[in-house]
Amino acid sequence: MEDMVNIYLFGKRYRVPGSLTIMTAMEYAGYQLVRGCGCRNGFCGACATIYRIKNDRELYTCLACQQQVKDEMYIATLPYFPLVKQVYDIEKVSPTEQIMMQLYPEIYACIGCNACTKACPQDLNVMQYIAAAQRGDFEGCAELSFDCVMCGICSSRCPAKITHPQVALLARRLYGKYIAPESRHLTERVEEIARGDCEALLESVMQKPLEELQELYNHREIEK
Amino acid sequence: MLTEQMLTSIQKVEATRAARMAQEPRRMTAEEKDALLKKFHPDYREDAFAVLAAGPNAGDKVPKELCALLLGHSRLAGKALDLAHPDCDVDVLVIGGGGAGASAAIEAHAAGAKVLIATKLRIGDAHTMMAEGGIQAADKPGDSPAIHYLDALGGGHYANRPELLKKLVTEGPAAVKWLNDLGVMFDKAPDGTMITTHGGGTSRKRMHAAKDYSGAEIMRVLRDEVFNREIPVWDFTAAIEILKDESGRAAGAVLLNMETKELLVARAKTVVLATGGAGRLHYQGFPTSNHYGATADGLVLAYRAGAKLLYADTLQYHPTGAAYPPQIFGALVTEKVRSLGAMLVNREGEAFMHPLETRDVSAAAIIRECTERQLGIETGNGYGVWLDTPMIDQIGGEGTIERRIPGMLRMFGKYGIDLRTTPILVYPTLHYQNGGIEIAPDGMSGVENLFVAGEAVGGIHGRNRLMGNSLLDIIVFGRTAGKSAARAAKNTAPGRLSLAHVEAFEQSLKEAGVETGAVSPLLLPDYTRKTNEL
Repeated sequence: MEDMVNIYLFGKRYRVPGSLTIMTAMEYAGYQLVRGCGCRNGFCGACATIYRIKNDRELYTCLACQQQVKDEMYIATLPYFPLVKQVYDIEKVSPTEQIMMQLYPEIYACIGCNACTKACPQDLNVMQYIAAAQRGDFEGCAELSFDCVMCGICSSRCPAKITHPQVALLARRLYGKYIAPESRHLTERVEEIARGDCEALLESVMQKPLEELQELYNHREIEK
Repeated sequence: MLTEQMLTSIQKVEATRAARMAQEPRRMTAEEKDALLKKFHPDYREDAFAVLAAGPNAGDKVPKELCALLLGHSRLAGKALDLAHPDCDVDVLVIGGGGAGASAAIEAHAAGAKVLIATKLRIGDAHTMMAEGGIQAADKPGDSPAIHYLDALGGGHYANRPELLKKLVTEGPAAVKWLNDLGVMFDKAPDGTMITTHGGGTSRKRMHAAKDYSGAEIMRVLRDEVFNREIPVWDFTAAIEILKDESGRAAGAVLLNMETKELLVARAKTVVLATGGAGRLHYQGFPTSNHYGATADGLVLAYRAGAKLLYADTLQYHPTGAAYPPQIFGALVTEKVRSLGAMLVNREGEAFMHPLETRDVSAAAIIRECTERQLGIETGNGYGVWLDTPMIDQIGGEGTIERRIPGMLRMFGKYGIDLRTTPILVYPTLHYQNGGIEIAPDGMSGVENLFVAGEAVGGIHGRNRLMGNSLLDIIVFGRTAGKSAARAAKNTAPGRLSLAHVEAFEQSLKEAGVETGAVSPLLLPDYTRKTNEL
C-alpha cells in the first residue's frame, strides 16, 4: 500500500496517496475540475492555491499542479482573483515613468512589506520588479518578472492593492516593443519577401518532382 | 529519491560524457529512418486505429478514441432550442482562446468586425501557453523561405499541402515581426540580432525563443492585446455545435456555460474554429504534455457540420516527455534542451542517436531503446532514457541553463533534481495533432464561412511537424483566418439558424449502423477516481 496522507480540501478531510500533487489529489478525492485547472504543467497560472500545515501558522502558496501534497495540509484554491487590467493602445504609449503613473499609480503606494515576493510560486522577486517599474526601469522589471504565470497570488496578498502581473506585463511589452534593439535582419527579410525577392527560389523548389525533393532534402547542408 | 539503478546508470553517463562531447553522433539515413518509424512509431500500430463508418471521411482510419467521438451523439439530442432569438449577434465568432484564436480575433477586430471569443476554459488556457522551445522563421542571412520549406516538407514526409506550407514559410518573418512589434520579448543579442538555434530536423538555426517561456510570452501579449481592444471574451463557455444558415453556411454556434450548464445561441456571419488538439484523449494510453482542454472538440464540431479532415491518423509523440519523477510524468521537456546540446543516452551511457533528428524519428528511437534493445532505465511508470542536461553548461558556459531554460530548471528543481548536475529521464509523450480539419490557404474549411486555425488544422505539417512550426502556424494562420472571416462577414447577411445538419448526421449514423455510445464533444477528460458514486 502506498503511503497515504491526510489533506483537507476546503476544510474537509480526505486520505490520498502522498505521491500526488494537490491537483491530482483533488481528482483522486473525486473532484471533476473545471475552474482552477489549465495546463497542468506550471505555465498557465490557473491553479493558484493557498495552504497551511497543521500546527504551522505560516500561509504557503503554490500552483496546485506543481506542489506535492503533504500530511495534514489544509488547502484552498484561488481559481480567480479580481486583478485590475488597464486598457491602453500599445502604439500610442511611450516607455516613460509617466505611463506607470498614469495606468498603475498604486505601485507608488508600495509599503515594502515583501508579501508579494514571499507569495510567488515562481520564486520571483516581485517587490524588486515593482521597484524597477516605479523607477521607469522597464528592462529590469521585464527581466525580473519574465517567468510570471500571472496567477495573481501576489496581488491577493498585497496591502497596497497593486496588480503586479499587469504592471509587469506592461513593462515587458514596452521593453519588447520600444526599448529592445531592432532586429535589422528581420526587418530586411520582411521587406525582401514583400518585394517578392524570395518567391522565385521557393517556386522552383515547389515545382520539383518528389524524387528530386527527396534528393535535395537528404543531402541538404546542415548549418553547424 | 533517484533509485539505486538510476544512480548506477548516471555514473556510466558521467563516465562517457567527455568522449561523447568530442564526437557528434551520426545522423540516420533516409532508409534507416523509414525502417525505424515503421517498426516503432505509434502511428504504425494498426490495432490502435479504427475506420470511420460515416461522415465526410467515411473509409479513413483515425485513432480509435477519436473515431468514437467523431461518430458520437450530439449533446443537444432531444433538446428543443430557440434558434430564432439568439443570445448574441456578432460578425465573427471565434471559438477557442489560444494563440490562434487570439490572433484571429485581433485581426478580425482590426478589420472592423464585431468579434466575440468563446472559450471552454480561460483565454490563454491553451497549448500556446505551454510551448517552450520557440518559433521558426527564415529571417537570417544564409536562410530563406525556400530552405525552411524544404526542411518542413522532408520532416513532414512530403505530405504537407504545398500551398499551406508556402504560406507558412513565406509569412514567417512577418509573423515574428508582428509579435515583436506587439511587444513580445524575443531573445536578442545586444545589437538586436535574434538569438536562434536548431530544432530537430532544421538545416538552419531559425528557432527564435523567449527563454523557455516562448509560447507563454506570446500568449500573454496576445491576450493583453485582446483585452486592450476590448474584444468580449466569454470564458468557461464551450461550443457544442456549429450552427448553419438556410444555405448551409456556418452561422454561429450553440454554446454551453461550463459551470451553470446554461445553453446559449450565438449568431455570427462567420465562424473561426481555433480549438486546438487532442492529447487528453490519451491515444494508445500515452501520457500527454497537453493542456487540460485538449479533447479534439473542434474536429468533432467541424466533422458533424460536414468539413473534411486531413491526416487525422497522424499524431506527434514528443520524444522528451518527463519520465521521472511521477508528479510530472508526461510533462514536456522542451526540445530546446537538445538544441542547446544535451544528448539522448541509454542506460549504459551510450549516445544511441543524433539528438536533433525529427520528433517522430527521435520518439521511435527512444521507444526502440526501451523495448527491443532493453537499454532503458526503469522509472516506476515504465522506462525512460537519459537526456544529458549537464552537457549544456559545459558547452555553453556556466549559467546557460539558468538563462536559457529557467522553466525546466524550476520544474525539476521542485522535485530535488538539479539538471545542471544531474541528467533527467525522458520518454515520448503525446504532444501534437499533426492532422486536423482541411483548409484552403485563406483558412476556410469545406464548410462555407467556417474558418479554422491552429492545431485544429491538418495539412500544414504533413505527417510530422517540426519544432517551432506550430507557434508559427498559429500566428500565420490565426491572422489569416481572422482577416478572411472579417472579409467574408462583410459579404454575408445574417441567416436563419438551423441544426438540421446535426439531425442529418445522426440519421447517417443510424443508416451506417454505428453506435459508439459516446456523446461528443467531450469537453474535458475525467480523471476522478471512481468509488461508489451516485
